Amino acid sequence: MRLNIQKTYKLYIDGKFPRTESGRYYKLNDKNGKVVANICRSSRKDFRDAVVSSRKAQADWQKKSAFNKGQILYRIAETLETRKAQFIEVLQLQGDSKASAEKEVYAAIDMLVYYAGWSDKYQQIFSSVNPVESSHFNFSFPEPTGVVSAIAPQQNGLLGLVSCMAPAIVGGNSVVVLAAEKYPLTAIDFAEVLNASDVSGGVVNILTGNNKELVSHFSSHMDVNACMYAGNDKEHLKTIQLNAAGNVKRVVVVKNIAEQNPYRILELQEIKTTWHPVGI
Amino acid sequence: MSSKKSAAKPALKFNTKWQYSAAPETADHIQLNDKYDLFINGKFTAPSSGKYFDTINPATEKKIASVAEANQSDVDRAVKAARSAYNNVWSKMPAKERGKYIYRIARIMQERARELSVIESMDGGKAIRESRDVDVPLAAAHFFYYAGWADKLDYAMPGAKPQPLGVAGQIIPWNFPLLMAAWKIAPALACGNTVVLKPAETTPLTAMKLAEIIRDADLPPGVVNIVTGAGTTGAAIVNHPGIDKIAFTGSTDVGKIIQRALAGTEKKYTLELGGKAANIIFEDAAIDQAVEGIINGIFFNQGHVCCAGSRLFVQEGVADVVIRKLKDRMETLIVGDPLDKNTDIGAINSKEQLNKIKALVKIGVNEGGNCYQSSCEIPNKGFFFRPTIFTGVAQSSKIVQEEIFGPVLAIQTFRTVEEAIEKANNTPYGLSGGVWTDKGSKVFKVTSKIKAGVMWANTYNKFDPTSPFGGFKESGMGREGGLHGLGAYLKLN
Repeated sequence: MRLNIQKTYKLYIDGKFPRTESGRYYKLNDKNGKVVANICRSSRKDFRDAVVSSRKAQADWQKKSAFNKGQILYRIAETLETRKAQFIEVLQLQGDSKASAEKEVYAAIDMLVYYAGWSDKYQQIFSSVNPVESSHFNFSFPEPTGVVSAIAPQQNGLLGLVSCMAPAIVGGNSVVVLAAEKYPLTAIDFAEVLNASDVSGGVVNILTGNNKELVSHFSSHMDVNACMYAGNDKEHLKTIQLNAAGNVKRVVVVKNIAEQNPYRILELQEIKTTWHPVGI
Repeated sequence: MSSKKSAAKPALKFNTKWQYSAAPETADHIQLNDKYDLFINGKFTAPSSGKYFDTINPATEKKIASVAEANQSDVDRAVKAARSAYNNVWSKMPAKERGKYIYRIARIMQERARELSVIESMDGGKAIRESRDVDVPLAAAHFFYYAGWADKLDYAMPGAKPQPLGVAGQIIPWNFPLLMAAWKIAPALACGNTVVLKPAETTPLTAMKLAEIIRDADLPPGVVNIVTGAGTTGAAIVNHPGIDKIAFTGSTDVGKIIQRALAGTEKKYTLELGGKAANIIFEDAAIDQAVEGIINGIFFNQGHVCCAGSRLFVQEGVADVVIRKLKDRMETLIVGDPLDKNTDIGAINSKEQLNKIKALVKIGVNEGGNCYQSSCEIPNKGFFFRPTIFTGVAQSSKIVQEEIFGPVLAIQTFRTVEEAIEKANNTPYGLSGGVWTDKGSKVFKVTSKIKAGVMWANTYNKFDPTSPFGGFKESGMGREGGLHGLGAYLKLN
């Protein structure tokens, strides 16, 4: 009889796995009430650290070529595919049936492939050359909004996270995601996938903790450009919408995490229009 | 015209050497009522409170007309009319018919263009040259552009089955009164929405003329409703539960209040807010053209422009010559009667705005900035302000950080491209920017690094119905104009 090695679940900030600076934790139990893990209960300071890292990482991430971003997203899918058994097992540990765990992992992988494919295409769909009346060459194209904070849904610990992350990062944004409170294991396991997939540190930061406590910090930070909410608590959403006004954050509400289309990328893009005179 | 005696001081004094004869635009053909009521459900109706406020000519301080003040129950009537028109008429009408109504509006505006221009200059103070050549033709062109989209929306949003939102509440500012009404109403109607629009309290008259045009175009009653009033009328629109979408153009402060007010509701919103744009002049720019661009960037429409090039960054090597030429060019600007065709800079829109400009300029002086104003004479009566520039200011100066919304330019210098970009982006705003250089690759580098929605390279303050306009960061969200402007008035499935 061999004693299992238990895993310590930590946060994912700036490409590293620190514990919460607050030293706080919450217990995650399995369906039989047995403690599975002590999960970091992130603080406002952890979130601020994550935003600093995201801001720093965003400029370089945006600069990477569309082709390269697509390759990296595809690489995440590859890495997840090779570890699918682990994720199916952990989802079950968090209470899912085998069938639904399998379905979720496959959907998450396929969604990553889907958005990887958009990396060098959404610009063409959403750009335009504008036939202005004056003698100017005028065109519009999308640029990333910047740093995005995201509250993952309270169910579907893996797919929910991917659905918040993928459309944001494929568009050149960096993102700080708060994992589902009851499904934190797959979130931190997924951080290991990201870490092994050439995603630069800070492009995706993942925190675990108490939604009620963190929602106001996620939505009020002045160096965050957009806040995405995929939960279903009306009070939390209202808090986000109120706080967002502090620096005119874009609020993106994800109603259906399974939905995938390029308009989800567009929600976190800013259209820039440039005018050039035509003449000599 | 450019013999210079000293580098520091302007050598030219056009006021003494050149006299311009007055060239006033005739206003005798203008038909204005003494009193304007609310335009609700296709009819002009009195406000339920019976209250009216005055709209004055800012160039003469004389009253032009009384204008109805809409209260909550008037807004409620307007929203009900818009809802009923949406449910019963506008959403059921074939899209191509909807488009034909919008074409009609565009055509009537073109027919009445001169009248609209004169009224715009009388009510808002802008030079007739601008209302005649920019505001009114662009407003008509906007209707013409979006009219054609009405029956083509499926091609604009592939795979998304776009649908109208319902009733749009729209609140517009006083700097481009008719043009902003067009920016709001035209795409909303083309996308199948109905509208309750509130013009600014200091510039309601061209919106009421537009109401006449809409009535004359036989637009079904209730499709467009125009309610006049000040902030409380706007708040009644924002907070009305029967409205599906709010579109606002105005200050960032009010935009934030609106964003908060809409928290917890299902209303969609787009905000076009303030700006503090960087206009960047590199050493290799065509300097004379750049100086024209600086002038146009900050003095167009008395500087009452959210995308005004109000922060000038000049590369050190050319700073002296640019500032000297700028001062010379400022001396040639004619400030005065908005209805005079020679006038470059008309009246400041209101006494309140004039006081705000004066207060900020005073702060600029107190903070140690070097203030220079052109020596032109300004009329004794009315609200006028001389073209003004500041040198010797810092990034932290209030006049560098805050939107002044007047003819006041803050000038700083820089050495490297990176420094210019960093300084340009050092603002919560992100509406627009300008870059002047003869090197194409530098244009692309700088325009792509500046976080702003509209970038002008070797030009400034150009607008077109086909060209999307709107900001990054605290300059707002959503776009107006062009294909992207449709997104503000459609839901996707």
